[in-house]
Amino acid sequence: MTASPWAGKAGALRPGTAAAATAGVTPFAVGLLLAAALQYAVGPAVGPFFSDLLIKIGINVILAVSLNVVNGYTGQFSIGHAGFMAVGGYAAGALTYYTSMLAWGGPQVQGGVFGVGSALFVGACLVGGLVAAAAGWAVGLPSLRLRGDYLAIVTLGFGEIVRVLLQQTQDVPFTADEARALSPVEMATHLGGSLGFSGIPFYTNLFWVWCFVTLTLLVAYRLKESTFGRAFLSIRENEIAAEAMGVDTTRYKVRAFVIAAFFAGVAGALFAHKIGTTLNPRELGFMKSFDIVIMVVLGGMGSISGATIAAVLLTVLPEALRGAADYRMIVYALMLVLVMIVRPQGLFGIREIWELPPFARRRGR
Amino acid sequence: MSLVAPGHPLLELQDLHVHYGAIHAIKGISLSVRQGEILTLIGSNGAGKSTTLRAISALVRASGGRILYRGHAIQGYRADQVVGMGIAHCPEGRGVFPAFTVRENLEVGAFLRKDREGIEADIETAFTRFPVLRQRARQPAGTLSGGEQQMLAISRALMCRPALLLLDEPSLGLAPQVVQTIFAIIREINRAGTTILLVEQNAHMALQVAHQACVLDVGTVVASGPAADLARSDEVKKAYLGGH
Repeated sequence: MTASPWAGKAGALRPGTAAAATAGVTPFAVGLLLAAALQYAVGPAVGPFFSDLLIKIGINVILAVSLNVVNGYTGQFSIGHAGFMAVGGYAAGALTYYTSMLAWGGPQVQGGVFGVGSALFVGACLVGGLVAAAAGWAVGLPSLRLRGDYLAIVTLGFGEIVRVLLQQTQDVPFTADEARALSPVEMATHLGGSLGFSGIPFYTNLFWVWCFVTLTLLVAYRLKESTFGRAFLSIRENEIAAEAMGVDTTRYKVRAFVIAAFFAGVAGALFAHKIGTTLNPRELGFMKSFDIVIMVVLGGMGSISGATIAAVLLTVLPEALRGAADYRMIVYALMLVLVMIVRPQGLFGIREIWELPPFARRRGR
Repeated sequence: MSLVAPGHPLLELQDLHVHYGAIHAIKGISLSVRQGEILTLIGSNGAGKSTTLRAISALVRASGGRILYRGHAIQGYRADQVVGMGIAHCPEGRGVFPAFTVRENLEVGAFLRKDREGIEADIETAFTRFPVLRQRARQPAGTLSGGEQQMLAISRALMCRPALLLLDEPSLGLAPQVVQTIFAIIREINRAGTTILLVEQNAHMALQVAHQACVLDVGTVVASGPAADLARSDEVKKAYLGGH
């Protein structure tokens, strides 16, 4: 009998969590080393412009790979990913900004890459992710019970609601005294409004971004290979048949959606603390969601490596075509049309780059 | 759940009703599938055959009546829970997962099972039953022919080791020779101990393999009894077997 891509794992349809955790340590360690190398060797060597580009690439990879869990794995169509990014970004930004104000009297960065400030920042990223995940659960539960295009409509509406709500918030206090005068509830309503949330300390650096990229990629990959992933993909392949096989489709769709929202929230948090960002509701609107959808569609619905490569390409491209920035959306639209004609399943379809020729040995018939 | 002795009802529908919005698709069906038997539901398009199966496997909600499985009412459970009770549904139009390989399709069929060796053994059984599936084990299911997809769909439904198999139009769109193969396998699966509720438009074939039969027309049972008797009945012949 020949081995399939899942052979050996065939029986491990429900791998033990402990076994999965140990197996995940090595790649994570490699990821940490790469992140450190980017921070301490590559970053200083290439200078601030390219470091910033590498950070942008990392954030977009997190966004594309996480949206891929919903749009690619389960075949649902979410077009509000930037909404979750905004929720996570604002939650994390507010947490670090107000904590810094209260604890240290100002929003300056405290300590180095592993300093006390970074601990606060990483905690805020996780909190941002959790808040976004909670929002994802609230949005997903009612809309994912239904089959069809409801999710697209609901997520589009959600993104717009988030944008409008954030635009209604009050100005951010600039001094520690003003900040101390606010109650926690008032802090949540003083997020800068339509002018944007300025003054969030710039904690985001290559190391932390690429740590989270590593985490996202590993979680996405482990998910795809696990029982969860099989359930997600079977929903995308044929929802009714998946249900007939015993997959609780609503539950798995909601799980995928919550996981995706978590990482969108983390990406938003990284974005919020990036040098040169004024966290602004307009920047995290529909256009940003659309950018992420394009990355997933271009890369191949369901392919992690595809989403990653598309995210890199579509982050570098606008920088390369800076002179023609006005035509970016036209180029995107043409590119999408072209991909749909030439390769409707995206660059890699459902498979990963290493599963495709010429990387994979041709197996079977 | 208790075991059911051969010849006793494994599944009973009592006055089952299903609505699709304002449309009353099933208007009070009662029937009983006995342990170890093949019962076929025949009837023309829109008679409610597929809907009956979907109601049993909870893919649609029954709006009235009772579905008894091993003597317990099972309406109100989710589709995945019904699968867990041992009722497998092989949907109309085969519904294989096209981008998954043949093997992956079979593995998803065992989604609720955890016994690694048992799953492997059952995949082996499927490959022995349909050798063509072994040849195509690593091929995406979407590249299979219609007959091969039907073989895969049946094998996949059996992967949860069901006590009751719901088969929806297994002969749909297949060449006559392939239909013969499929029906031979249906009989073999039944002999191996699986009770089968078979929905068919090909009444002629269905009445040959089934023990019992029910004729449905616009949501109600219009005739029922031993399959051999119905095959001889003039009314059924005239309406569903194409005359003479």
